[in-house]
Amino acid sequence: MTSPGSSSTRAIARPLTDEEVARIRNDFPILDQLVNGHPLNYLDSGATSQNPLSVMEAEQEFYEQRNSAVHRGAHTLAFGATETFEAARATVAAFIGAEADEIVWTSNATEGINLVAYSFSNASLGLGGPAARRFALGAGDEIVVTEMEHHANLIPWQQLALRTGATLRFIPVQDDGTLDLAAAAGVIGARTRLLAVTHASNVLGTINPVAELVALARGVGALVLLDACQSVPHLPVDVAALDVDFAVFSGHKMLGPTGIGVLFGKAELLADMPPFLTGGSMITTVDMHTAEFLAPPQRFEAGTQRISQAIALAAAVDYLTETGMARIAAREAELGQRLVEGLDQIPGVRLLGPPAGVERIGLASFDLAGVHAHDVGQYLDEAGIAVRIGHHCAQPLHRRLGVTASTRASTYLYTTTDEVDRFLATLAEVAPFFGVTT
Amino acid sequence: MTSTAMQQLYQQIILDHAKARHGAPAEGLPPLEAAGRVDPAAAGLRVTESHQVNTTCGDEVTVRIGLRAADESGTSAGESAGDAIGDAIGDEVGDAVIEEFAWAGDGCSISMASASVLHDTVRGESVATARALLDTYREMLRSRGTIEPDEEVLGDAAAFAGVSRYPARVKCAMLAWVAFEAALLAE
Repeated sequence: MTSPGSSSTRAIARPLTDEEVARIRNDFPILDQLVNGHPLNYLDSGATSQNPLSVMEAEQEFYEQRNSAVHRGAHTLAFGATETFEAARATVAAFIGAEADEIVWTSNATEGINLVAYSFSNASLGLGGPAARRFALGAGDEIVVTEMEHHANLIPWQQLALRTGATLRFIPVQDDGTLDLAAAAGVIGARTRLLAVTHASNVLGTINPVAELVALARGVGALVLLDACQSVPHLPVDVAALDVDFAVFSGHKMLGPTGIGVLFGKAELLADMPPFLTGGSMITTVDMHTAEFLAPPQRFEAGTQRISQAIALAAAVDYLTETGMARIAAREAELGQRLVEGLDQIPGVRLLGPPAGVERIGLASFDLAGVHAHDVGQYLDEAGIAVRIGHHCAQPLHRRLGVTASTRASTYLYTTTDEVDRFLATLAEVAPFFGVTT
Repeated sequence: MTSTAMQQLYQQIILDHAKARHGAPAEGLPPLEAAGRVDPAAAGLRVTESHQVNTTCGDEVTVRIGLRAADESGTSAGESAGDAIGDAIGDEVGDAVIEEFAWAGDGCSISMASASVLHDTVRGESVATARALLDTYREMLRSRGTIEPDEEVLGDAAAFAGVSRYPARVKCAMLAWVAFEAALLAE
């Protein structure tokens, strides 16, 4: 099972060494602090990552020297701001193997998915003319998602189905946390118009076989949207090689600031899609009754943009590129295995997702028998260890796995092996503390 | 590395209640119409419930109570009984007694223990007494550790004083109590 641009690259890359990680940590001032009297052990990068100095400096430098509205105004500052803003777009495009005009800025991945859903919704109402008809959905059409989706890649499609009369279908998850591809071949069929699937699961750590899924979708003429929130920050991703039609990800999960996300769309698709948000900066000619719209990506960027955030995100991409995505991925693959092998040694722990030895991103979620995730998280926090607890915005997946909540430890390029080991050692104390014998 | 802070938060009373879950039937709550009696109204009980969810972690609790109007106790029958209690509750419920209290839920030790303690604290009490306890309990939890609880008044509920130092956990300790409060107000 190889997916282009990820596993094959990772196999040959040399992981970041402990010494390199120690140097990387110097760039992240937030990591150097005590929490409840213990060194902060930040294992929640899957929720939000930390910013290196260069990202914060890029944002500050913009506000100190070039702050101005983009794509309007003829003065020098506005011109400089526009140039930097568009250079950021080109940086992010190159990072994922896309063209600059295929990158639409959004607030986050959630907005990117909603943008596609509402554009399809508008096409279903006849907006966008004949060219947009191929995005129109109605009764008899099917949208396919998987059982492991984050709510962000589920609810917008539920709502689109409700608005258009289309039907939502699911690819089931197997007990080992992988998708049931045999079932997928049955679910994806002649009525399928769109397949929306996550590249890497934010709960299970599973890396999905995108090539196989895209092949199934292509076989029936369906479009593919990839939720790349947990892949673009952690793996080398080439959207052209993966041949997906849309991909979304969030800046704050990849060393960037909050408030900025990316929608990638193939140029020929974006060109035919009606807009979602409308208003200033996305039009050509306007009269009191009608408006004509700019070409993508501006068509989808109404109103004043997230300028400093986009520029800071480009600085984050530069940081990741200089460090080397393949080497980051190789490092996190090691940490991910260290996590699951350690979890296997702790009595009462049930790992969610692929077992040790199977490819996963550098995170692991688990259930500890007899102790609720909130109590696990409280005990770890007292030791300075930050983890995510709850349903991780994936209630249907947790229901499928027979748990209501879980605890997740997620790593990034600044995570040390010692931090993983301290987390495991502290976790081993939790069940005895709560009087649970296993 | 069991810290004192953890032991103060997770008092033994809390850990014990989280396991014992007083007032929570092992098989869960029966359907409302079968709650304890075939026809609660005919038995003179006004049965209401409330379901509350802590969106932070997904913890949930359903609290179901059966109230008996003070002057109706024991002898009432027929549909007028339910109406009379409804009227009484609409006006002045203080004298009504919380005759039945049952709950079901899933969540952390603090939310489950606080539901168990709530059951022990308010079952059999008048609505007025229960409301006063609720106010005292809430005030303690919102105090960020500044209020020394009166164990004479709060009983086992005083064990949750340590939770007030953890603002993120106050919701856990309040979950069942909020459900109880909503059930008191429910139609």
